[in-house]
Amino acid sequence: MAEKYKVDKDLVRMEIVDFTFPEKEYRTSRHDTVLPYNWALGPTWTRFFDGLKEGKILGTRCKKCNKVLVPARTFCPICYEDMQEWIELPQEGSIETWCLVNYKYYGQVKEPPYIIAQIHLDKADCSLTHFIGGFNLSDPDKVRGKMKTVSRVKAVWSKEKHGDIYDIAHFKPV
Amino acid sequence: MQKVGIVEVTQSSGVESPLSLMEFTYKPVKELLDKVDMRRDEVDMYILAATDVFHSGMSCANAFDWDASGAFMKPASREEGDAITAFVYGCMPIMEGRYDTVLVVGLIKGSENPENDTLTSFVADPFYSRPVGIQETTAAAMQMRLYLQRYGITEEQCAKVVVKNLGNALFNPYAHIKKRVNVDDVLNSERICDPLKAMECAPKSEGVCAMLLASEEKAKKLTDKPVWFKGWGSSMDTFYLGDRDLLDTQLKAAAASAYKMAGVSDPRKEIDVAEICEPYAFQELLWCEQLGFCAQGQGGKLIDSGVTQITGALPVNPSGGVLAMNPYVARGLYRVAEAALQIKGKAGEHQVDGKVNTALAHSTYGFCGQWQGVVILGS
Ligand SMILES: [Zn+2]
Repeated sequence: MAEKYKVDKDLVRMEIVDFTFPEKEYRTSRHDTVLPYNWALGPTWTRFFDGLKEGKILGTRCKKCNKVLVPARTFCPICYEDMQEWIELPQEGSIETWCLVNYKYYGQVKEPPYIIAQIHLDKADCSLTHFIGGFNLSDPDKVRGKMKTVSRVKAVWSKEKHGDIYDIAHFKPV
Repeated sequence: MQKVGIVEVTQSSGVESPLSLMEFTYKPVKELLDKVDMRRDEVDMYILAATDVFHSGMSCANAFDWDASGAFMKPASREEGDAITAFVYGCMPIMEGRYDTVLVVGLIKGSENPENDTLTSFVADPFYSRPVGIQETTAAAMQMRLYLQRYGITEEQCAKVVVKNLGNALFNPYAHIKKRVNVDDVLNSERICDPLKAMECAPKSEGVCAMLLASEEKAKKLTDKPVWFKGWGSSMDTFYLGDRDLLDTQLKAAAASAYKMAGVSDPRKEIDVAEICEPYAFQELLWCEQLGFCAQGQGGKLIDSGVTQITGALPVNPSGGVLAMNPYVARGLYRVAEAALQIKGKAGEHQVDGKVNTALAHSTYGFCGQWQGVVILGS
């Protein structure tokens, strides 16, 4: 927090330090809104994130359509029925689609370049969104070439786990 | 059910404005009321479309929007999705015969808020998608790669959409981006989010669009050329990208419902002009397929054929579309306004050649076209 915001004592509000608007030729008034929120995860997502902490990727199976969805769900969105059966999924899968992020914007989750992908885990009936990594991403042309040859990926776990989606660091080519 | 006529429309330019949001909103609404020679209190109802939290930051729609649009002390409502639904909500009380006139306003000043990608990351769920970098551009880039791979659409075909739409925008006095570009310019622009290039992504624009709707009798009194509301359809997909086939959006369902209501059986032949929402160039091709303008996977061939050019048999985005001007939230009402102007024959320099009897307006929001809405207008 200390590096990201400064407190304007006169106005009693915080300002984001590392964001600037382009110079304007007319008078403007800058306001940055910094507000705390605290969201309940609920039992299903809590169990999913606890699973990640133990190095497991958990999904749930719908008793009606038999589909396995990951991240785990409390109910199947299509059938609108409870999902009560828990499944531990294999940590390997195939890439459905991906993009190479090579530009900057405020609030970005990671220093570019990075790859975001839709990863279809084996035995799942949907894709999980996560990063692809574990190789050099600095040359976009080489990345495109390499990604043409990659179809299978597996989860790489973070050294420190906090029970969130970052417990998986990324997926790497098998 | 009563007929609903579009009497008149006004719009602001998409270019950055030094006016405050309140002044900027007031001007096109005032211009509209002056054009139809009505006082603000003579309008029966107002529907506004604005997102006062992320796309404004002021979070005080009740302080500014109502006064600026002349809507206070009247029946009024505001919606946050896309202004194309504000248009439909405006039609409804006229259809049921409750009101004779409704004024619809969509408003935003894009120059006052952070980048689109910063803001749209807040549309992603905060537990699974937002932390791994999902926002409109990254989601669209993944959708584009799937589109290129599954149907063999080429990057050149996607670039042609930019060339066409920015070319059309040169003749639209309200457009934000005015630049003649060729396919190579687009292909050589920075690959910001491979396969998406910088020039294939819509800008962020200012935009206030105001529209007066009226019952049949009232509309005929207020204008010699009312444009009639014929049909409407919308559908919202599930939010999680991994649960969806990103190339099979709810646009098919939205279009089917709008065509049914309007009695359109062959859209490719019966629709004379379409204003569609393409925040990313390839999406115009994909949306054209799902609107039934060509078969699935044939969006590339459609642009190659020249049919969607302003001089073609089915011009798409003669105004320049969203690639030339992207006022979030208001952009759907702009599509309806432009479609209406084409039917009236009052689009000015970007008026299409042939007679326009039936026009389509489309809008979308959410990742990869999660929500889709289609409006059909007739002469
Ligand atoms: Zn199910």
